[in-house]
Amino acid sequence: MSGQTLTRADLSEAVYQEVGLSRNESAELVEAVLDEMADALVKGEMVKISSFGTFSVREKGQRIGRNPKTGEEVPILPRRVLVFRASHVLKKRINGE
Amino acid sequence: MTKSELIQRIAELNPHLYHRDVDRIVSTIFDEIAEALARGDRVELRGFGAFSVKQRDSRIGRNPRTGEAVPVAAKAVPFFKTGKQLRERLNVD
Repeated sequence: MSGQTLTRADLSEAVYQEVGLSRNESAELVEAVLDEMADALVKGEMVKISSFGTFSVREKGQRIGRNPKTGEEVPILPRRVLVFRASHVLKKRINGE
Repeated sequence: MTKSELIQRIAELNPHLYHRDVDRIVSTIFDEIAEALARGDRVELRGFGAFSVKQRDSRIGRNPRTGEAVPVAAKAVPFFKTGKQLRERLNVD
């Protein structure tokens, strides 16, 4: 069912169509939005976008993993992972409700 | 950070833009992503991450309180995979 892939260029084009800015500036603004979100997340902040979803950072403790090819046990070091939780509005929209 | 704080931040970085336009820009970006997912498309933002839609089959669920079996319809769920660059930035020591 999944056909196309949208990229930054499509988002910039949408911004360009929506607001009367140049294509260049539209692209810069898309980048600025992603940069600001990434910076907040790297600082450990949550990013909550109403009607869309919440990005949060979760701390994972160390655990023992296994190399699936060799069966060898390797420690997986503690790390931070990003989790996205879609809002109800987005879930409904995706299900055509 | 909330959406309005994000808008505020972008507005501060772009003092030549009307706040109302910054609001429209930020809203357009998330709306465009949501619209793509609603069509079943993927959204790939290199360095940041990729949004996609996964299909879940219908299944027999259970009401955890009563133990009663209830049918759960098939549904599509949004999924986000963190981009390599952001994943690395989250883990620089």
